[in-house]
Amino acid sequence: MTFSVLAGLKKFNIPHNFVVKNIYEYYAKWIREGKLKVNSDWNKELKIKFTVQDPCQIVRKTYGDAIAEDLRFVVKSVVGEENFVDMYPNRSNNFCCGGGGGFLQSGYKEERLEYGRLKDQQIQNTGADYCIAGCHNCHAQIHELSEHYGAGYGVVHLWTLICLSLGILGPKEREYLRDDLKEVNVFHPETEM
Amino acid sequence: MTDQPIRLGRKKESTFLDRVKEILPQGGNLNLCLTCGACSSGCPATGLENMDPRKFLRMAALGMDDEIRKSKWVWMCSMCQRCIYVCPMQINIPQLVYNARALWPRDERPKGILGSCDMALRNASTSAMGTEPEDFRFVVEDVLEEYREAQPEFADMEAPIDKEGAEFFLNQNSREPVTEPDEMVPLWKILHLAGANWTYGSKGWAGENYCMFLADDESWKHITTTTAKQADHLGCKIFLNTE
Repeated sequence: MTFSVLAGLKKFNIPHNFVVKNIYEYYAKWIREGKLKVNSDWNKELKIKFTVQDPCQIVRKTYGDAIAEDLRFVVKSVVGEENFVDMYPNRSNNFCCGGGGGFLQSGYKEERLEYGRLKDQQIQNTGADYCIAGCHNCHAQIHELSEHYGAGYGVVHLWTLICLSLGILGPKEREYLRDDLKEVNVFHPETEM
Repeated sequence: MTDQPIRLGRKKESTFLDRVKEILPQGGNLNLCLTCGACSSGCPATGLENMDPRKFLRMAALGMDDEIRKSKWVWMCSMCQRCIYVCPMQINIPQLVYNARALWPRDERPKGILGSCDMALRNASTSAMGTEPEDFRFVVEDVLEEYREAQPEFADMEAPIDKEGAEFFLNQNSREPVTEPDEMVPLWKILHLAGANWTYGSKGWAGENYCMFLADDESWKHITTTTAKQADHLGCKIFLNTE
């Protein structure tokens, strides 16, 4: 959306009075300003490892390495610096996962999974338990890659981890956490059902 | 030795490459290729359909327009722009692919992308799942009420739609309100704790745009205009994307 809005406003000369931003920048800002008092204590003993996908639309195609740094700042703040493993290559030089550009809806499933082989290998090479995917297309594709190639790593939204680290993630907001995190730092556990 | 040089039978008429060059700034640098292959070596779509970015560009340069028009590879390139990022000549291969998609008759383009674009044109939500603005409002209000009660620390949390003068105009991928509404809540909580003054729009709230992927310019323009107008109408200063 970031890209389609920015590129569309420009391509079609659509008049507007706002600036287009991505929320990663604000997550980082709000953490730096102390508005989001995140910490990674929940993961000190658990030592669950995370890597992060750089969404092409937001990083390479729009805001570049600056927002990739914000993204990493947020991730390290919530999971612990020692529990973050970057994939390689990364930031603007990262590979597309194969979920974008309409590929997920195009019907060419076999080719899409072949395309994603590179992404799966990148993730497997980090040894991470989870890949953080801030974009829905990435999320769906990487989830499928994890199952298809059998590595079984989890795929999780960034907002889930921010709230987990703030201690405000309820039992019904854990769809994409695996068993290792279903019971950790649960907010209002009595609302389970 | 032949007496006569071989003459290539290429016609003088404008090729696909020529036409794309005309619409791109600096002609997309489309005639600057050094054939180094940096694009292809770092492209996850290399090899699919026996194609790669360099080959695709060479075919266009050679005027092989029929082959370009028939290549399904244009739907397997995600237009991720890694090729232009690493290209020493900044050649805009993704735009070449985009325009090659547009060569396909609209109703012959991949059904999934086509269907998602058409859904977004059905109503003002611009949602690829066709969700009506009233249904979106119902889900948001229902989920908000449930969480305000179940988690009293968030009793005054808000999830406004069409709040005039909000700083942020937020969009939301349709997948959450339609298939997993609880996933909206962590985002709301973060915005609440940060003290952000935000709103969704009843028009143009959906955070996805398959018409762009479909290479349907008119529909892409319609969707972006709808959402931009609503953000301006509400006086929002920042158009905030979650993805």
